[in-house]
Amino acid sequence: MTTDPDRSAEAQAEAVRCTGLRYTFGDTRAVDDLDLTVHTGETFGLLGPNGAGKTTAIRAITTLLPVPAGMIKVFGTDVAGDRMSVRRLLGYVPQQLSADAGLTGRENVSLFARVYDVPRRERAARVAEALEAVVLTADADRLAGTFSGGMVRRLELAQALVSAPRLLILDEPTIGLDPIARTSVWDRITEIKNATGMTVLVTTHYMDEAEQYCDRVALMHKGRVRALGAPEELKAGLQGTYTAPSLEDVFRHYAGSGFQGADGQSDGEDFRDVRRTRNTANRVR
Amino acid sequence: MSAVPATPRTVSAETAVGPGAHPAGPVLDLLLTAPRARTGWRVVPARVGAMCIVELQKLRHDRTELYTRAIQPALWLLIYGETFTRLHAIPTGGIPYLDFLAPGIIAQSAMFIAIFYGIMIIWERDAGVLTKLLVTPTPRAALITGKAFAAGVKATIQAVVVVVIAALLGVGLTWNPLKLIAVAVVVILGGAFFSCLSMTIAGIVLTRDRLMGIGQAITMPLFFSSSALYPVSVMPGWLQAISKCNPLSYQVDALRGLLLGTPAHLLTDFTVLVVAALLGILAASSLLGRLAK
Repeated sequence: MTTDPDRSAEAQAEAVRCTGLRYTFGDTRAVDDLDLTVHTGETFGLLGPNGAGKTTAIRAITTLLPVPAGMIKVFGTDVAGDRMSVRRLLGYVPQQLSADAGLTGRENVSLFARVYDVPRRERAARVAEALEAVVLTADADRLAGTFSGGMVRRLELAQALVSAPRLLILDEPTIGLDPIARTSVWDRITEIKNATGMTVLVTTHYMDEAEQYCDRVALMHKGRVRALGAPEELKAGLQGTYTAPSLEDVFRHYAGSGFQGADGQSDGEDFRDVRRTRNTANRVR
Repeated sequence: MSAVPATPRTVSAETAVGPGAHPAGPVLDLLLTAPRARTGWRVVPARVGAMCIVELQKLRHDRTELYTRAIQPALWLLIYGETFTRLHAIPTGGIPYLDFLAPGIIAQSAMFIAIFYGIMIIWERDAGVLTKLLVTPTPRAALITGKAFAAGVKATIQAVVVVVIAALLGVGLTWNPLKLIAVAVVVILGGAFFSCLSMTIAGIVLTRDRLMGIGQAITMPLFFSSSALYPVSVMPGWLQAISKCNPLSYQVDALRGLLLGTPAHLLTDFTVLVVAALLGILAASSLLGRLAK
């Protein structure tokens, strides 16, 4: 789909490789020596409580944050060394509902077609195709401000899709959505993934979604990966401890439950994360 | 950390678009190939164009701001301008005070639009719009340049409204198309500088509340220390020194020269405005990363 500077077999097999990634905000170590590999073509879930470091890791992978220590490669391209090439490989849907309410659905997608240098002769057709892929053709010329939360999420998928990314990164894509809208968003993600073969990296708090849609998940807590594997493998690992363990049990086991984390000292909550999540949830209501 | 949303709804606003929406899968022929990247000098004009188009599209959908923002310059011209024209208290070089004032009010209204662009970029940061744009293959300088020129385009549309009001009030403006194009360039450069000043402050203070206070604190000093209301020659020495450092003075001087034909230092004015806009883009770009964190 996109010309890759590194043609090695390893680079093609690994969509993302983080090695020894560290990131601190003041005295808080948000990401602590993170090692993570996302295989090409899989749907990979990054799970963890608020403040676990998921969003910081995602922001470093998407080039939004510098990489002060460690290394990140996206399809073999060093994120710190060649940001622009990496950005051309990415489609990104942030946690907030980020479509511009003052523009129509079509105009929102067209903006991203322009900034990804889609030639004028194919822009309209490509935008229409992206809108059709997320089933928004009929509403494309309405202002995004009139869309429901689920429609905005689908519009954001179309924005990410218009540049034909190899890696789609979704930061809590279904936060605040009702069950029907959540299913609709995931149906579109699955359809698009199957049609394009793209890799999907997603953060979510919903264990049922992770279990149903992710090939593998990593459970982060306090900046580190505490558990990694297919949902079935992780559940099987707790067979002796729990009766018929669910992924939510796996989550509780590694991240702690109630007000205290696994270390018994903090609940892992970060004010900025909580505010962002609440703002998003409020906007879709 | 629940497996279901905290407040599940019984009724969804969502259109029924289940897995059967595309029985044979979505058709993604075009979306299988990434577009070829623009490189070199072509990147900045392309991004500037994209940002300006967005600004025009938004104005097409909602012109409320255009109308409400026309009220203040209209009041300045109608009340302040008409009154001081009768007073003959300000030396204007032989032209009616209303004529003298009109270019100053054009510059002022353009500045007022641009100076609050910092608030817009903070809002875009909070809404995730900026975050998403920063993940596109757009260098930060190109993003800021795009925003700056979009502010310039918006300011130009506002300037057209003020020019029409001034013409209706009988101000003797030029209708020479070349001079009017030069006026648009001056307004765009001024808008670019003041929006970058605002986005630079946004990169320092990071919150809307702080920027609102600072924006209100700097707009009036910028306005009163320029030659918008009175010639620099009547200012006290210390204010003249400040006025010489104020890009708004050069913008007003150029607008007067172009619209009214009064003596102006157009080369100096354009040079100062271009350099100010470039420095503004540099400063705002270097601080944009703080907003992304």
